[in-house]
Amino acid sequence: MNILVCITHVPDTTSRIAFTNDNTEFDKNGVQFIIGPYDDYALARAVELKEQHGGKITVLNVGEAETEPTIRKALAIGADEAVRVNAFPSDSFFVANQIAAVAKQGEYDLILMGRESIDFNGGMVHGMVGELLGLPSFSPVMQLDVEGTTAKITREIEGGKEKLEVSLPFVAGCQEPIAEWKIPNMRGIMSARTKPLNVVEPTDATVHSQLSKYELPPAKGAVKMIDADNVEELVDLLKNEAKVI
Amino acid sequence: MSVLVFIELEEGKIKKSSREAISYAAALGNTTAVALGSASADELATAGANGASKVLHVSDERLNAGLIQPYAEVLAAAANSTEATIIVTAKSSLADAVVGRVAAKLGAGLVSNVVALPDTSNEFVVKRSIYTGKAFANTSITTDKKILAIKKNAIELKTDGGPADVEAFSVSLDDALFNAKITATDKAEGDVLLPEADIVVSGGRGLKGPENWGIIEDLAKTLGAATGCSKPVSDMDWRPHHEHVGQTGVKVSPSLYIAVGISGAIQHLAGVNSSKYIVVINKDEEAPFFKAADYGIVGDAFEVLPKLNEALKKALA
Ligand SMILES: Cc1cc2nc3c(=O)[nH]c(=O)nc-3n(C[C@H](O)[C@H](O)[C@H](O)COP(=O)(O)OP(=O)(O)OC[C@H]3O[C@@H](n4cnc5c(N)ncnc54)[C@H](O)[C@@H]3O)c2cc1C
Ligand SMILES: Nc1ncnc2c1ncn2[C@@H]1O[C@H](COP(=O)(O)O)[C@@H](O)[C@H]1O
Repeated sequence: MNILVCITHVPDTTSRIAFTNDNTEFDKNGVQFIIGPYDDYALARAVELKEQHGGKITVLNVGEAETEPTIRKALAIGADEAVRVNAFPSDSFFVANQIAAVAKQGEYDLILMGRESIDFNGGMVHGMVGELLGLPSFSPVMQLDVEGTTAKITREIEGGKEKLEVSLPFVAGCQEPIAEWKIPNMRGIMSARTKPLNVVEPTDATVHSQLSKYELPPAKGAVKMIDADNVEELVDLLKNEAKVI
Repeated sequence: MSVLVFIELEEGKIKKSSREAISYAAALGNTTAVALGSASADELATAGANGASKVLHVSDERLNAGLIQPYAEVLAAAANSTEATIIVTAKSSLADAVVGRVAAKLGAGLVSNVVALPDTSNEFVVKRSIYTGKAFANTSITTDKKILAIKKNAIELKTDGGPADVEAFSVSLDDALFNAKITATDKAEGDVLLPEADIVVSGGRGLKGPENWGIIEDLAKTLGAATGCSKPVSDMDWRPHHEHVGQTGVKVSPSLYIAVGISGAIQHLAGVNSSKYIVVINKDEEAPFFKAADYGIVGDAFEVLPKLNEALKKALA
């Protein structure tokens, strides 16, 4: 089975978010970058599917050279080769177009992504890529098993879940508990150094949006502590100060 | 300007978040909403209260399940037929999956997690929440057609409009679009949906085990709230996955979030930082969650919650 896994290069979930250059640029100072947590689930499931069915995993990132350590980590986790489309991913449609172009070059049975990126939280690239390729797309997918040319998937719906049977190939936006995140071992890290990482230039420059300025939310006020023996005070505050009940 | 809104139905009723999307759209132009699958005309007409002048109803029963490709097809057809230049939807797991396809079909610029009306003084600039609620980005959409996915609970509901006209709308949908067979659906009925909820009561590992969730559920019932939990709680199967709140789970933005026995790890906070008020109940006064809270009680959940429930019942009676 031939699997394409699309990964983002995003700030670690514990990062302090700040901006520079008159609030027009993300401040990378002291920030550690990781594979997007949802993309990491997609990759982990791809590794398991390869163990079961054989085949090849290609990871793809649309990003500038600084994303290569993140791509190498995906290779260490178990991808066989990587493609980096050399461009700053400023707009979802632009990214979707690049992914679709790469996907057309290979015969992929599955294109796995995260349910959403954790920087822009769009959750839209998988649908766009599905449409651009004329393939079905599903998200958020929390279970994925393949038998021959069909797949059994479970998707989350608000308040529950739903099982579906679908034919390969398709695009899936993944989330837990599809697989457990995998930590690269020493052998993986060593072999990742020599696995192919092909850099290609973008094929289409169309963008649909432009970022103008970032903003931070106002700082939170101080917490009001209430004595555990005086829950009536909390009720009173919720009713008369916050007015939320 | 013609604006189209995607209505999501829940047990035949228009979701609150879709009503928010309609309210948002009504501020931009003449609003037509589109509803898919079985629903009563009376229910659909109530979209008028929120500002829709017309509701297109595609009653094809094959659309009762939220299937992505047919939904995208219908939305694109409705946008073309109404000559809508803006499509508005609530951000939800279904809408996310659908509107990316619609955007690619129509060549429309799509921005998600929108929290305020656009600034149209110069270009068309929308403010959206990014980094899981930790920041905002102002983004200008440069295409003629635009799609906006609105963050839940970010827009004030308009409720003063008259009934909308409900019209049948038919789209010919190729069987090939129904290429996914739903074999089972597992969904709690009658519960308040967590992403839509105005109040959320959430429990963490401090509750010690699933058998203790009664105190969370009782409090939620008193408040008409949805229940949530932290990630380890759903990882251990104490609670279903769709209740898991945070960076890798549901992002909520209720008026009130009550966190019980949750330490307040940064990844949990990422899912709740858009709440208007946060109450934290934790036996450890050093728990990081208190720093993100508006009101806090240091105490044992098993003692505080029953007392709080009684006090609330009295106050709300
Ligand atoms: C990439 C990544 C993504 C993640 N995503 C998420 C996410 O989406 N959501 C999420 O929740 N976590 C997420 N996590 C995990 C997160 O880091 C924490 O481990 C988790 O939130 C802790 O859950 P908890 O607060 O329930 O448990 P704990 O940290 O164990 O805290 C339990 C709390 O209960 C209190 N307590 C104990 N007994 C009582 C009592 N009787 N009465 C009152 N209080 C009591 C304790 O003082 C403690 O503060 C993620 C982690 C990573 C690395
Ligand atoms: N720059 C990128 N490079 C590769 N894949 C991406 C990129 N941006 C988004 N994706 C994929 O699309 C998914 C959804 O992203 P988004 O629509 O931005 O929330 C992510 O989880 C990734 O799998």
